[in-house]
Amino acid sequence: MTTEASQPAMVSIRVTLNGTEQEASVEPRLLLVHFIRETLNLTGTHIGCDTTHCGACTILLDGTPVKSCTIFAVQADGREITTVEGLAAGGVLHPIQAAFTEEHGLQCGFCTPGMMLTGVAFLENNPDPSEAEIRRAISGNLCRCTGYVNIIKAYQSAAAKLRERGA
Amino acid sequence: MTMRTPPEIGGMGHSVPRKEDPRFLQGKGNYVDDVKLPGMLHLDIVRSPLAHARITSINAEKALAIPGVLAVITGKDLEQYNLAWMPTLMSDLQMVLPVDTVKFDGQEVAAVLATDRYTAADGVSAVEVEYEPLEPVVNPFRALEADSPIVREDKEEKTNHIWHWEAGDRSSTDRAFSRSAVTVKEDIYIPRIHVSSIETCGCVAQWDAVQEKLTVWMTTQAPHAIRTVIALVAGHLGLAEHKIRVISPDIGGGFGGKVPVYPGYVLAIAASFLTGHPVKWVEDRMENLMADSFARDYHIAAEVAARQDGTMEALRIKTVADHGYTDAACNPSQFPAGLFHICTGSYDFKDAFVEVDGVYTNKPPGGIAYRCSFRVTEAVYAVERMADIVAHQLNIDPAEFRMKNFVKPESFPYRSVLGWEYDSGDYQGALERAMEIIDYPALRREQAERRDRGELMGIGISSFTEIVGAGPSRHFDILGIKMFDSADIRIHPTGKAIARFGTKSQGQGHETTYAQIIAEELGIPASDITVEEGDTDTAPYGLGTYASRSTPTAGAAAAVASRKILDKARTIASYLLDVSEEDLEWEPGKFSVRGAPDRARTIQEIAFAAYTDHPLGMEAGLEAHSSYDPPNLTYPFGSYICAVDIDKGTGEVKIRRFVAVDDCGNVINPMIVEGQVHGGLTMGLAPALLEEMVYDENGNNLTGTFMDYLLPTAVETPVWETDRTVTPSPHHPLGAKGIGESATVGAPAAIANAVVDALWHLGVRNIDIPITSAKVWQALRDAGVDE
Repeated sequence: MTTEASQPAMVSIRVTLNGTEQEASVEPRLLLVHFIRETLNLTGTHIGCDTTHCGACTILLDGTPVKSCTIFAVQADGREITTVEGLAAGGVLHPIQAAFTEEHGLQCGFCTPGMMLTGVAFLENNPDPSEAEIRRAISGNLCRCTGYVNIIKAYQSAAAKLRERGA
Repeated sequence: MTMRTPPEIGGMGHSVPRKEDPRFLQGKGNYVDDVKLPGMLHLDIVRSPLAHARITSINAEKALAIPGVLAVITGKDLEQYNLAWMPTLMSDLQMVLPVDTVKFDGQEVAAVLATDRYTAADGVSAVEVEYEPLEPVVNPFRALEADSPIVREDKEEKTNHIWHWEAGDRSSTDRAFSRSAVTVKEDIYIPRIHVSSIETCGCVAQWDAVQEKLTVWMTTQAPHAIRTVIALVAGHLGLAEHKIRVISPDIGGGFGGKVPVYPGYVLAIAASFLTGHPVKWVEDRMENLMADSFARDYHIAAEVAARQDGTMEALRIKTVADHGYTDAACNPSQFPAGLFHICTGSYDFKDAFVEVDGVYTNKPPGGIAYRCSFRVTEAVYAVERMADIVAHQLNIDPAEFRMKNFVKPESFPYRSVLGWEYDSGDYQGALERAMEIIDYPALRREQAERRDRGELMGIGISSFTEIVGAGPSRHFDILGIKMFDSADIRIHPTGKAIARFGTKSQGQGHETTYAQIIAEELGIPASDITVEEGDTDTAPYGLGTYASRSTPTAGAAAAVASRKILDKARTIASYLLDVSEEDLEWEPGKFSVRGAPDRARTIQEIAFAAYTDHPLGMEAGLEAHSSYDPPNLTYPFGSYICAVDIDKGTGEVKIRRFVAVDDCGNVINPMIVEGQVHGGLTMGLAPALLEEMVYDENGNNLTGTFMDYLLPTAVETPVWETDRTVTPSPHHPLGAKGIGESATVGAPAAIANAVVDALWHLGVRNIDIPITSAKVWQALRDAGVDE
């Protein structure tokens, strides 16, 4: 088995990462998070638990939040990936980024990318959520620093900003 | 608090937005695992599946046959370099890799070096290790029995007892107990928990054979002390301290778990040293949970002697501390049980005696890593639980009981019977404020009404005293190094500044708050000040960030160094304005001539003159250093009130309200202080209701993933209601005290007290944390409640 694993057939995949097409040849077993961090060198996506619990590795796959530590890179073939590096546009922070700093929704910053990407998708589907809905939405993203209080405020503030932008 | 500076300067008291945020928000932080160097190899670790066993063979043949696996390192290899063992910060010994026996489930057994992380993992699964199981010692009380297996056969003395420590007067305390009207005793277990910062531990070690220099990017809260330790441990191999550079980059949460030296760090350094390649080691979550430093694991027998009127007179505590297989706590060296003798808490006990026995078991080492200043949570939890039990037993309201027993505001500085000198406090004020916010009388009325209806509601109070900011050099050192901390400040010619510190933020926002301190002192806008920490080649020596010590030590150093700069600036201003220094008036940002306010020089003009037009005979430049040795510890405090509802059918505890009133003295950045309290409260909730490291009878860790070790999510976390009182520290240059850990220390007892308060009338005196639904359900059934 080890020989198999150490001499794997490489698979060619193509993804759209933050709007740019990328092509790479990868091992079938390569996790998406390692593909993003080590093959494509975008280190804003973090690894916290390896078991889909903490959500530090959350990215958007075709707009849906996915924990990239438990999906293979080959499963992302032909799909669109958004990471934290793709949130700001033209030097302007995404409303959720602005809200996180205004509301002090981050401390060590390690869970923040995943927390924000979960929020981007959530607020798209639920533009005016209740506090309880926000709490449920982020229950798959663990934060050890903030006690979630200011993350929830940041979601509320981002929701208001996005509603305003959409209006 | 009145502010001396306008918002554009951003001194003390302003909620200045954090300088750290832009990079974290845009994925541009630089954490250890983000470091990628040309030719970098990856190290992964083979771990023991048994808690206690003799290694009979390690066969690396199959692993070495895998293309890309370069080496398998064992304890025998390290032994040749005298590196199989390393000293702990408590002057015990810890294995880097075992030569013959393993001592806990998950212990490092061998290291695999490979070209990438996947191949390294392949190598780990291909290493064949044979073990001969030995009887594990899991229970510390069993460990103390005469016929117990010995955990540390390497030691001369064949015993699992590590040390005995005590404080206070045993005989006067015994006398107080024998004459007392009321004595109350309770056994309280504070279980083993784990910090689980979302970033695990790791490093990248780079040995440059040409420059003969080692650079290590490391998840460490104490880079300078770690560098010294590396030099002491590996000096015989040629790693002198000036040839070692430790860089602590962005750290994804620390909470004490990133203070110790773990074997993985040493292995990566050794591997880089031997191969000449950079080597990365980053542990996964299971390794982090199974092998990294834990906290608590205190088996406490507590007794209080009181008068019938509710006056507490004496406290007696006997504790067995499970340290795992080595004493690798990171306490100041004179304090093997940390600052546990703060256990008289906020109360004016006349007599107290406390003793702790440290014990070896077949579990991983550690002891204090959980957002807490050296065993203070254990102390606070014990005394706050006991206060509630005594109050309930005497049928006195717990709030009234605390008010009666508090150290009074006029008693500060207060010398506790166990030897601490509390700097300042107003315990009554904080509790009154919390009672006002939560409307305590109304809550008690509601509780009575609900109880009449058969519903279970409880109210718990915790009025804690913290002890942080280690520490005064006469008592506090780590491996002999005094626990000062330091600041270097340089004002550039254009009036902008850079400041470097011996501490290391892990999310606390030092880049912002230290800049605010300098802004407060010098009137230079905080936005014009760059703050750097964590690089031992550039930052001044300091002991690091843990135990809420950054503001009390390095923050004070920032103020003292700023004041040195101000002294020089005054001399320059007097020269520039051609008046004597006595005729100058300072307001943040400028000196002006008394009586002629138009004649003034700003700090920026003075900075420029310091490089271009300074008085003859004066050294050029405008910079200063301070290594601050605090005259005393600081004593933050607070009162928390928690209201819970308990489901009789399921035993589920629901926190309805939680009011936290904290007092950390003068505040640098209110936004950051509040954020620290929120996080601390959640790390207080965690052990109270959810988290526990569990071992089976064979010493197997049953909580090796986040599926079993339950960090609070946003769903379990209640709404935290916070407020503050302000009682400045009289000895800190800014009147500040430190806040990072207060809430973690204070919160568990408030929650446990609330649960027991709900159940006391059913005969329940204590439920050990974590208070799970199953434990409450069982307590209800035992009390004959069935619904």
